[in-house]
Amino acid sequence: MLVDMLIDGLIKGSVYALLAIGFSLVLGVARIINIAHTALYMTSAYMIYVGTKLLGLPAILCMLVAIALTILLGLLVYNFFIRPIQEHEAAMLISTIAVGMMLQEVFLMIFGGHYLGVEPLVRGYTTILGVKVTNQHLLALGLALIVLVSVRLFLMKTRTGLAIRSTANDREVANLMGMNVTGVAFVTMAVSVGLASIAGAIVAPLVTVEPTMWMHPLIMMLAIVVLGGLGSIEGSFVGAYILGFAESLVVFMVPMGSFLKDSVALTIMILVLLVRPEGLFGVSFEEER
Amino acid sequence: MKSCKIIVVLMAGLALSWGLFLSTAAAKPIKIGVLGPMSFTQGEGHWNGATMAAEEVNAAGGIQVGKEKREIELVKVDTNEFLSIPDATNAVEMAVSRHKVDFLVGGFRTEAVLVMQDIAMESKTVFIGCGAAHPQLCTRVLDDYDTYKYWFRLTPINSSYLGKVDFILLGTAGAIIKKELGVEKVKVAIVAEKAAWADPIVAAAQKIIPEKMGMEVAGVWRPSPVATDCSAELSAIQRAGAHIVFTTFSSSVGLTFAKQMGELKVPAAPVGINVESQKSGFWEATNGAGNYVLTINTYNPVKISEFTIPFVEDYRKRYGEMPNYTAGTHDAIKILQVAIEKAGTINSDEVVKMLEATDLNTAAGRVVFDKSHDVTWGPNYVTALGTQWRDGEMKCVWPYNWEGVTYEGSVPYKLPPWMVEYWKNK
Repeated sequence: MLVDMLIDGLIKGSVYALLAIGFSLVLGVARIINIAHTALYMTSAYMIYVGTKLLGLPAILCMLVAIALTILLGLLVYNFFIRPIQEHEAAMLISTIAVGMMLQEVFLMIFGGHYLGVEPLVRGYTTILGVKVTNQHLLALGLALIVLVSVRLFLMKTRTGLAIRSTANDREVANLMGMNVTGVAFVTMAVSVGLASIAGAIVAPLVTVEPTMWMHPLIMMLAIVVLGGLGSIEGSFVGAYILGFAESLVVFMVPMGSFLKDSVALTIMILVLLVRPEGLFGVSFEEER
Repeated sequence: MKSCKIIVVLMAGLALSWGLFLSTAAAKPIKIGVLGPMSFTQGEGHWNGATMAAEEVNAAGGIQVGKEKREIELVKVDTNEFLSIPDATNAVEMAVSRHKVDFLVGGFRTEAVLVMQDIAMESKTVFIGCGAAHPQLCTRVLDDYDTYKYWFRLTPINSSYLGKVDFILLGTAGAIIKKELGVEKVKVAIVAEKAAWADPIVAAAQKIIPEKMGMEVAGVWRPSPVATDCSAELSAIQRAGAHIVFTTFSSSVGLTFAKQMGELKVPAAPVGINVESQKSGFWEATNGAGNYVLTINTYNPVKISEFTIPFVEDYRKRYGEMPNYTAGTHDAIKILQVAIEKAGTINSDEVVKMLEATDLNTAAGRVVFDKSHDVTWGPNYVTALGTQWRDGEMKCVWPYNWEGVTYEGSVPYKLPPWMVEYWKNK
């Protein structure tokens, strides 16, 4: 049973990490709490559905186009719904919630409340230490890890990555040192939405594509970000795996209570907020970066 | 002379307008409100079924009410009940007070239909339910007949009967496993979404399976109705060594579960209620991984009555999918037509009397309402169906030699081949 839990938790954690790191990145750099983050992940999944099922295009091409178009949409959202009110945190929060809801309604209008499916890139399953895992899940795990390593390298080894980290570290000092903070925010937003859309592309064949599919990952992502520390990329990474394993633990140890998966995440989030508001790696709300 | 001409013209004008008035009055349609969540499959089923029935009736000149023929006019009432019960309440209020509908058909979620029912009863509007299964909708008729007599439930069969069919399907699969695989004690994993309607089924299953069916409960799993990943549950079910997965799903989790179960080739037979698998889109949405899923259903191209196959085929031709149970609005309108024609009026009290005397073959079976205005279930009445997905086709596998009932076109139930292979090699 331990092996089941480890494998399941690893796969879940990797997908959550993709979402949470993107969210943390833009929160740390531009102080944007983008609630529409997972709605953009849903957008990517719908685009892949349209491309593969309705237009009959190759899956890889659809994924690439979906990622590019979602990034474009994310930048438009940033420019029109976030940037003008960026200094007013509450307004920005409400605005991004509204964008998320709008996207949900748009998909509901176009596709109805139908539950749709995207074909997996690879079929079949592999047995690892007696545990059956679909090849698509293994592919998702592999891709998620590659993307996570790439993001790490991008942040640590490139000048843009350095700029992002500097801005995340202290936005005002970065501004005073002559850095184009707005430009950095744009790039960060693109990277953040890119991660969301990649997560959508990876996950689309594994889940049911429907207009409320963004809600569960949103809850998980917020819980992960609070657990890891607001704006902390390392924290999001660690938090994602902790919650991924926590989910598996609930299913295997409390089978009658497997519906409690979400509640466990929320309970962890509330406990962290009460006991250690700065999370595992982050800073407290009040403290200025 | 001139004044005479004016009088003649005036009289001719009056006669003409009176004639026009009479012809308009004669053509006044009967308004039927179709209630449903119109952005969702269930609402689409409501509307499509009703549309087909209205078109058929109108093509034949309409409903004979006394000496005049009156056409049907459908009013689409989007209840949005999936997302908001207050929306459903407002929609029915509007249908009754603003659109002044004469009859109501449809409804889906019990929580919403209970409220809709109250509004309809207040205005004494006959309401034929085609969507909600809770028994309380009909026990209300027994408890307070004068208030609730305008309510009738047509489809689905109520949740107690659904439970009966559910266990019959489980028993059928269990017997085949015993016989074909030589298993002495069949193990059943109970998997039900965490929703109020599923709780009594889970409680009953935990008792009935070991005590009355001679099978063993391998465990109980209750995923969220909107869970997007069930791989952990499936892994645990395999560890428990289950031969059957007894499902109770009405939400999206049914799709996720079936898809992942098929992808992992879990060596167990999925049997029970899985509303998502009643739809044609299920095959595509699971990319074929939903193969061999067995579920309770309402319609299939088998000869339940002489109306079933033509209805199912026409529906499929027109809308590109199988009718789900909410398309029972088709039968509801046909039943209403007969009741109105017998009553010779659309007066609610008179129509209720005729509906109570209904004994009619419809696409879903022979409809006779009981004292609680619920559709009668059993052999030679409405039975519901058990349908199994096989290589892209939905086959009817139950009733098959059950209480003397086998619908023409039904085939025997078949175990998933990978399951047979697994247990035979074990």
